[in-house]
Amino acid sequence: MSTYDKLLDVQRVTAVFHIGSIIGGTRLVAVNDVSFSLDRTRPEIFTLAGESGSGKTTLARLLLHDLEPTSGAVIFEGRDLATIKSRKDTLEFMKKVQPVFQNPFETFSPLRRVEDYLYDTAINFGRAKNRRMASVVVDEALHLVGLSLEEVTRRYPHELSGGQLQRVSVARALIPQPRLLLADEPVSMVDASLRMAIVNLFRKLRDEQQVSVIYITHDLATAYYISDRIAIMLRGLVVESGPVNEVLDRPLHPYTQVLKESVPEPVPEQRAQWIRPIDLGTTEVKEYARIGCKFAGRCPRVMDICRQTNPPDIHVEGRIVKCYLYQGQESS
Amino acid sequence: MALLSVQNLRAYYRTEVYGISRIVRAVDGVSLELQRNEIYGLAGESSCGKTTLIKVISGTIKPPLRVEEGKVHYQFGSFEIDMLHISPEDLRRNVRWKEISYIMQGSMSVLNPVRRVITTFYDIVTTHQGYTDRKAFLGQVRAHISKLGLPPDVLNLYPHQLSGGMRQRVAIALATIFQPSLIIADEPTTALDVVVQRGVLQMLKEIQAESNNTVLLVTHDLAVHANVADRVAIMYAGRIVEEAPTSLIFNAPRHPYTQHLIRSLPMIGDRSSRASLPGAPPNLANPPGGCRFHPRCPHVMDICRVEVPEMMTLPGNQRVACHLLAEGRR
Repeated sequence: MSTYDKLLDVQRVTAVFHIGSIIGGTRLVAVNDVSFSLDRTRPEIFTLAGESGSGKTTLARLLLHDLEPTSGAVIFEGRDLATIKSRKDTLEFMKKVQPVFQNPFETFSPLRRVEDYLYDTAINFGRAKNRRMASVVVDEALHLVGLSLEEVTRRYPHELSGGQLQRVSVARALIPQPRLLLADEPVSMVDASLRMAIVNLFRKLRDEQQVSVIYITHDLATAYYISDRIAIMLRGLVVESGPVNEVLDRPLHPYTQVLKESVPEPVPEQRAQWIRPIDLGTTEVKEYARIGCKFAGRCPRVMDICRQTNPPDIHVEGRIVKCYLYQGQESS
Repeated sequence: MALLSVQNLRAYYRTEVYGISRIVRAVDGVSLELQRNEIYGLAGESSCGKTTLIKVISGTIKPPLRVEEGKVHYQFGSFEIDMLHISPEDLRRNVRWKEISYIMQGSMSVLNPVRRVITTFYDIVTTHQGYTDRKAFLGQVRAHISKLGLPPDVLNLYPHQLSGGMRQRVAIALATIFQPSLIIADEPTTALDVVVQRGVLQMLKEIQAESNNTVLLVTHDLAVHANVADRVAIMYAGRIVEEAPTSLIFNAPRHPYTQHLIRSLPMIGDRSSRASLPGAPPNLANPPGGCRFHPRCPHVMDICRVEVPEMMTLPGNQRVACHLLAEGRR
């Protein structure tokens, strides 16, 4: 398969930050040799899951061309993002890849009417020449998310609920008719009774509008509900990736196993299992700097080799796992 | 007798700006009882009045918040207090930290950022107990910390040197140093990762099991309640709509709002479609009449629009406020 068959192709990207002064500082590898790709013709929801400090958001910035990778490349529709320099090219890229952020109350300025953002987006991305023509485009986008222009006209952000506002922010992202939405924790600030409306919306966009979605979250339950594939991140590395039902029904990496076990299930009868004590491990910076597997300090099945070298990608049971436990079991 | 009894509590925020007065009915007719030796879960969406209820229960009532009506009565081992009429001095000397302590979401704001953790422990003892023997107290703190499974060197560190989960566990250690009768935990794990959340809640549960006190656990996360709480109350728009032992709330919810919340929870291993309720929670400055859930309720009747449903007690210690029950329809 040539690169051009892929909508997005992430090739071994690494992002390194320096903490502290030039002389005494430390290196922090926030994203470490990450690769994955999305198909061009078959839209899907791809989840990047992990705890805070796992590098999810840094990876999102790399994909949005907001941050240059230290090494590796992000290729979108056959074009390396590093070659996008001019304003015209940037606009062309932004048209196709749109972000949705975590907190809708921070996305919109409290002093501006929300409809203005929608009109601006329509005009800036060339979907309409003036406000009158834009209103058709805006109304269309709002209908996709289950709202109408009437409902948001002349409203300020505080006059809408968190759920409504998050849907407006998805509508805004849809106006340029993107191929890919990058949603960073889009439901974590939204109330329980409205959360499923947003989550269901991503499903609908994939099925009816052929929009692919990269869903970044720490919530494995909603990830299981909507996504097709999932990548579990730990300290900058993707430790396990594959079809979501394979990975979460039968996790292979010990970290994925701990993560899945720790998600509280809304079933009181199963609580005995959840209450079983766990080891919380060391602080963040120590794990980032660890040589060998980043999980070795907390892993219940740690071996000598895990503390010495980084485990390679092992293809096993329909997924990729970075763990020595599965060496020698590779499927071809 | 119950440890805490709240009767028909109404607490409103009254503000007047440029002659425009506004009343936010944040807690509007709440009655509940907390028993000794239980974990009581309180769930609800943002701005449903959870935090206002805690403020009144813990005696931090400051304008514009005012208690309009109701009773908040505590029965501790040796004495009883009326929280709405206690003097601030009495509250500080005899009640706070000793009988009622508080764990909040951002533990960073409990710990003084420019002083070592141990200093915060000293601060608490000087304010609430009067200064006694410093060495003996240090020994008591050390013993308490090691019993909770925290490394003893955390006492000599500054808050920023601790991870989020460790800070929250130190905050829990602080809150439990005098073995209080009631621990109020307000979203104690919301900002934490799932693995750390599990560790922190395990610790809270262990403490409760050991000292047999009462924990009021407030969080919007129902899955946490399913794993930790003994009883759960569901709040909607300033009122409790349903309260029951945890297994009944999850297996046989009776209020349409609770039913919806439970049904819409996503679970690993189940991809069947989850529906979402139409509309949004009401603005408490101008709530709908009758049952506050009626504009969003799939089973709404005429009576729901005009009359506030009474709390009814069903077999199995389940309390529900819904007209459908009086109608005998379910």
